[in-house]
Amino acid sequence: MTAIVNVFLKEGVLDPQGKAAHHALDSLGFTGVKDVRIGKQIILQLDTDDKAKAEAEVKEMCETLLANTVIEDYTIEIN
Amino acid sequence: MKVAVLRFPGTNCEFDTQYAFEKLGHTTQLVWHEDEALPANIDLVVVPGGFSYGDYLRSGSIAHFSPVMKAVTSYANNGGQVLGICNGFQILTEAGLLPGALKRNNNLHFISKHQNLCVINNDNAFLNKCAKGEVLNIPIAHADGNYYIDEEGFKKLEANNQILLRYSDEEGNPVVVNGSVTSIAGVCNESKNVFGLMPHPERALEAILGSEDGIRMLKGFEA
Repeated sequence: MTAIVNVFLKEGVLDPQGKAAHHALDSLGFTGVKDVRIGKQIILQLDTDDKAKAEAEVKEMCETLLANTVIEDYTIEIN
Repeated sequence: MKVAVLRFPGTNCEFDTQYAFEKLGHTTQLVWHEDEALPANIDLVVVPGGFSYGDYLRSGSIAHFSPVMKAVTSYANNGGQVLGICNGFQILTEAGLLPGALKRNNNLHFISKHQNLCVINNDNAFLNKCAKGEVLNIPIAHADGNYYIDEEGFKKLEANNQILLRYSDEEGNPVVVNGSVTSIAGVCNESKNVFGLMPHPERALEAILGSEDGIRMLKGFEA
């Protein structure tokens, strides 16, 4: 199975990279952008076919290492 | 005083840190990140600056799982004194030994310069030789020094005098350097035995090199 983890700064925590990209888009004439958030995507290949087990395990990985929950939120997608 | 200085792959301030404490008359010992125990009878552990594990994932995030950090955590939980400088500060927040987190600087730049700092609280083992409101000139050099803590956490920091230093002008008024919450440059834990700051006191030991204010800070740990 493949787990796709997306990690983003929490709502309300200023994302300086997103803000810089937003400004750049604005100055290039893409004026219809309301907000830009930049995060990271982590793709994990797992040696299990048990979706529930995979989800629980990846959640633990996120809480322990992949995200810093003081400033970041994460989403998990298992395929 | 006997000082243990940790060393991870990518640490680059360990020798400066040793030099600083030895200049003050203390003995120092480097401790490799794979060591599972700290040397016996130490008075202070310093987690020095650098780029441990290449800052991969997040600054300090990988280092916090090193074998030596388990020993540091139990040392700290038993009241042992720990000081994290720059990357060391990031490692201690990642390890949960200090509150908050360090984000990318708001201007996205690596900022390297001398910076004035205002001493906010000195009722602790680190800054007790500095006066409250005193302005110190200490170099900073970081990309991820933007201190973040939520409102509830900030109130606790303030109520318990855990804010150590703020970036300031020459008069001690806070200035925005990297986007830190209320310009915070350093904090300590609730029981005031774990300290972290982004500036580098070990780089401010000689007037001829710009400042010797780091001496007064590091002397704090002397009984």
